[in-house]
Amino acid sequence: MTSAVELRHVIKRYKRGKQSVEVLHKLDLDVPAGEFLALMGPSGSGKTTLLNLIGGLDRPDEGSISVGGERVDTMSNSQLAKWRSRHIGFVFQFYNLMPMLSAERNVELPLLLTNLSSAQRKANVRAALEIVGLSDRAKHKPSELSGGQQQRVAIARALVADPTLLVCDEPTGDLDRQTAIEILDLLQVLNCEQGKTIVMVTHDPKAAEYATRQLHVDKGQLVDGGAQHAA
Amino acid sequence: MKYFPLIWAGLWRKRTRTILTFLSIIIAFLLFGLLQGVNAAFRSGVEGANVNRLYVQSKIHFTEPLPFAYLTQLEAVPGISKVAYATWFGPYYQDPHEFLPAFPVDAERYFAIYPELKLAPDQLATLVKTRAGMVVSQELAEKYHWKIGDHIPLKSAIWTKKADGNSDWAFDLVGIFDTSAMKGFAPAMLFNHDYFDEARGFSRGMVGWYIVQLADPNRAAAVIETIDKLFANSTYETKTQTEKENAQSFLKQQGDINLITNLIVGAVFFTLLFLTGNTMMQSVGERIPEFAVLKTLGYSGTVVTVLILSESLLLCLFAAVLGLAVAWALFPAMQGIIGVATMPPEVLGLGFAAAVLMALATGIPPAWRLQRLRLVDALAGR
Repeated sequence: MTSAVELRHVIKRYKRGKQSVEVLHKLDLDVPAGEFLALMGPSGSGKTTLLNLIGGLDRPDEGSISVGGERVDTMSNSQLAKWRSRHIGFVFQFYNLMPMLSAERNVELPLLLTNLSSAQRKANVRAALEIVGLSDRAKHKPSELSGGQQQRVAIARALVADPTLLVCDEPTGDLDRQTAIEILDLLQVLNCEQGKTIVMVTHDPKAAEYATRQLHVDKGQLVDGGAQHAA
Repeated sequence: MKYFPLIWAGLWRKRTRTILTFLSIIIAFLLFGLLQGVNAAFRSGVEGANVNRLYVQSKIHFTEPLPFAYLTQLEAVPGISKVAYATWFGPYYQDPHEFLPAFPVDAERYFAIYPELKLAPDQLATLVKTRAGMVVSQELAEKYHWKIGDHIPLKSAIWTKKADGNSDWAFDLVGIFDTSAMKGFAPAMLFNHDYFDEARGFSRGMVGWYIVQLADPNRAAAVIETIDKLFANSTYETKTQTEKENAQSFLKQQGDINLITNLIVGAVFFTLLFLTGNTMMQSVGERIPEFAVLKTLGYSGTVVTVLILSESLLLCLFAAVLGLAVAWALFPAMQGIIGVATMPPEVLGLGFAAAVLMALATGIPPAWRLQRLRLVDALAGR
């Protein structure tokens, strides 16, 4: 199986005051296409940093990152922006929807960057809302939707441009158990039925069980079932 | 166009703040339209001045009269083809706050020297032979619903009558003239100097100023020198100017209107710049996480800058259009004050340019702030 994501010897440092702190230490990772990977770990372990690097929101200080066969660590800011719009769908813990826009306008946001006609955009938005089961809420603003519904809209927004990879940062962190299960079921369907590769960061072991593979990040290194991956 | 819902939504994120800013910009552009309109109207009077005409007035002040006897002496100056004269009458009709530009003149001389003023020959003939006759501009006739044959009472702020010492005058309307071809200041009422001179209580045998027409405009300097030398060291020394110089010095004696209006508009816009700039900074500052999400979704720095600038352009241009439209609508009502019924079109162009500049000045700082945004920090709320 080909790798959707490939990290080699990735080091990431952050400056805290005058000190430079290494958050990720020579990290290697392969995520095969079609995998649903859960990254777990305590706060400050580096899992969100890892997710940001995979999603092209940040660059490593050393090492290489390829997503879908493209080296993202060497791209400029504008190239990265363009690349993200085509290849990555983001789902956040707090949904991050535009409060003044309706659900369908929120879902349409990634498509505004494409050359699709208005009719094509509308059709794609309808299809994405259909997948997440919110066709009847298309005209509602986020404030008129429940937390679970808002996260579904966020997932529809992540899906609508048909990305290579879905990057989810604590997608159920702000939801009650029942709603969290619905969202995780939805992600599982997207993975199984639509073949979407998903990398999800979560604190919740129950949420991680929905993934096809679980990896733990601890002190900037990957740990698999308690055994550390050698860098 | 596809980004419009996003821009519109951003603009109305804080409805009350946007409405208040919007109203402030409307008021600023209303002021701009009115004041710059006045400026432009005065400037057009100066720029449209006729190069063939000279104004001969008292060297002391333009309100000081000159002897009627100068008429024949002026006519004898080489290079002068026509001479007319006029006096400031300073009347009002019903409303004491609204003075009308009315002059007692020799009608035949006056209309001959101002061919831009169009009066039907039969009405001119009637005016000449009707002692208390008067002709008025089309605008004035329309404003007061006057028609030929009306008896019009006026009160002069300057001239009392010899007979009874009061300042109530009355005239018979015998004609209506067209001022549309006249660039700049145009008279609104003209009547016979002979009637006025005989009836007035003082200063008889005097006129306000002379207007002379040059046979050759290239000889203006020489003729001016000749005229002023002719009356030098007399009781009534003269100051002769071209029509343009005269218009300019008249305006200067009213105060430097241009400077005053520019200062007022400058102060208003300076304040507005800070107000709108602050609104834009606050508005963008509150939406940093939203812009971070947009950038995460792949919106480049350029697209985000365009979104911000479009927001400020939409706000400034829409408000400017409304403010200038209200100023445009108010202009006819100001005709009595500034003598011009329509806002000069150049003011609209200037207004739109000012709105675009203001939008850029207030949109660029927040756009620059977003350009420098570190995505991972913004998403983490840092």
